Amino acid sequence: MRMLEESHTERGNFKPIREVGIVGYGAYVPRYRLPGTEVDRVWTDGRGGSPIKEKAVPGPDEDTATMSIEAARNALARARVNPTEIRAVWVGSESHPYAVKPTSTIVAEAIGAVPNTLAADWEFACKAGTEAFQAAMALVGSGMADYALAIGADTAQGRPGDALEYTAGAASTAFILGPAEEALATIEASCSYVTDTPDFFRRPYQHYPQHGHRFTGEPAYFKHILAAARQLLESLGADAGDYAAAVFHQPNPKFPEQAARALGFKPEQTRIGLLCPVVGNAYASSALLGLTAILDEAQPGDRVLLVSYGSGAGSDAISLRVTDKIDECRDRAPRTRAYIERRKPIDYGIYVRYRQKLHMH
Amino acid sequence: MDIPRHWRLQRQRYALVGEVCKKCGARLFPPRDVCPQCSQPAYEPFQFSGKGKVYSYSTLYQAPAGYEQFVPYTVALVQLDEGPLVTAQLTDVDQDEIQIGMPVEMVTRKLREEGEDGLIIYGYKFRKQPAEAA
Repeated sequence: MRMLEESHTERGNFKPIREVGIVGYGAYVPRYRLPGTEVDRVWTDGRGGSPIKEKAVPGPDEDTATMSIEAARNALARARVNPTEIRAVWVGSESHPYAVKPTSTIVAEAIGAVPNTLAADWEFACKAGTEAFQAAMALVGSGMADYALAIGADTAQGRPGDALEYTAGAASTAFILGPAEEALATIEASCSYVTDTPDFFRRPYQHYPQHGHRFTGEPAYFKHILAAARQLLESLGADAGDYAAAVFHQPNPKFPEQAARALGFKPEQTRIGLLCPVVGNAYASSALLGLTAILDEAQPGDRVLLVSYGSGAGSDAISLRVTDKIDECRDRAPRTRAYIERRKPIDYGIYVRYRQKLHMH
Repeated sequence: MDIPRHWRLQRQRYALVGEVCKKCGARLFPPRDVCPQCSQPAYEPFQFSGKGKVYSYSTLYQAPAGYEQFVPYTVALVQLDEGPLVTAQLTDVDQDEIQIGMPVEMVTRKLREEGEDGLIIYGYKFRKQPAEAA
């Protein structure tokens, strides 16, 4: 009974019995960029404008598996954990390369975590990464494992000409969860808020998703993000002023800015993690990629709030506290900003070719 | 379908795992179980760093079946820091920046797909090392 009382804390937030934290993190952003002006040029004759500057596009030899492998290697480099000690490899994505066959076993094999590990793929639209993150937190927090790897990765597809095409981007992030004593950031608590809200979905065998246009805003994104964040902050007795930085899911630059404002965050608190304008919406990696950029620059003692959002719909809010281990770990792997600056702009034609939208008849 | 062959090669292809000779210390890639330097058995797995330099290269414009979507692409002989020469595709690189001696690093990428309903084959390729790391 003692365990139940401790783990089921008030207002539905999650806190493991054993203190857990991030012992290693890694990011990856592919090299190619499609400027918003290119989509605008092709579909509105340059008169529509673009919500973002440019989005990251995977090369023709990249997919969720290869991007996950690079992020996982970066997380391992920072954690300096033996891969055979990782007891779960979990990949959250909506763009797994196979419909049946786990991405996670490919990643586990490539990083040397096989065979004594859990491995599975997670699916919850853009929330799949933080879902895997919380499961990894629970696996370590229960004492079943010392280390667990959670990945959020996507190579998002938008139908040509659709509003999504401007922003549907690509990136991956990997987090090794482990005991708090070894962590570069400890987890204070998390909170999830989930309802059946059909704002965005893709049926089997369909290449592109359908979305509810304005329905994706108020009843979907904002309702879930704000509820998860408010419940978590309330249960911790915290408010926006207690945080050095905050990052929210980023389907476009406007939504996270509005959510941050509603919660009382100032622009300087969200600036570092707001990567949508230069990467696009990285789906399961969106908020998590922002978190890696924040950790790249964080100071020991900083508190960081992360709130993801996945259509369908739900949000995970996670409160972290950076430790003094951050300073020794962060430069063992490339910073997120370095990947963002390593860019090669492409035009719409090359984009169509790389993303295999070109059908030859 | 050639699943067993691809499956057997996964370890070396995904992560550049070769062998080291316990007798003379030579690093072997691909793994061959017998040391070419001293002819002794060499079964000990060895994880290569993935760092190396372009020894020579050639750019392909007419690709063999399965590689058409990547043309034009460059195949290089990469001299690994630990010694062996490896043949591999270069990726994320512009044709005009490739030079003999260019520092490169290993990445795991999609090598090809066996059609729309077949296996996806992953393996090592090399990309230019970032300037500060080279």
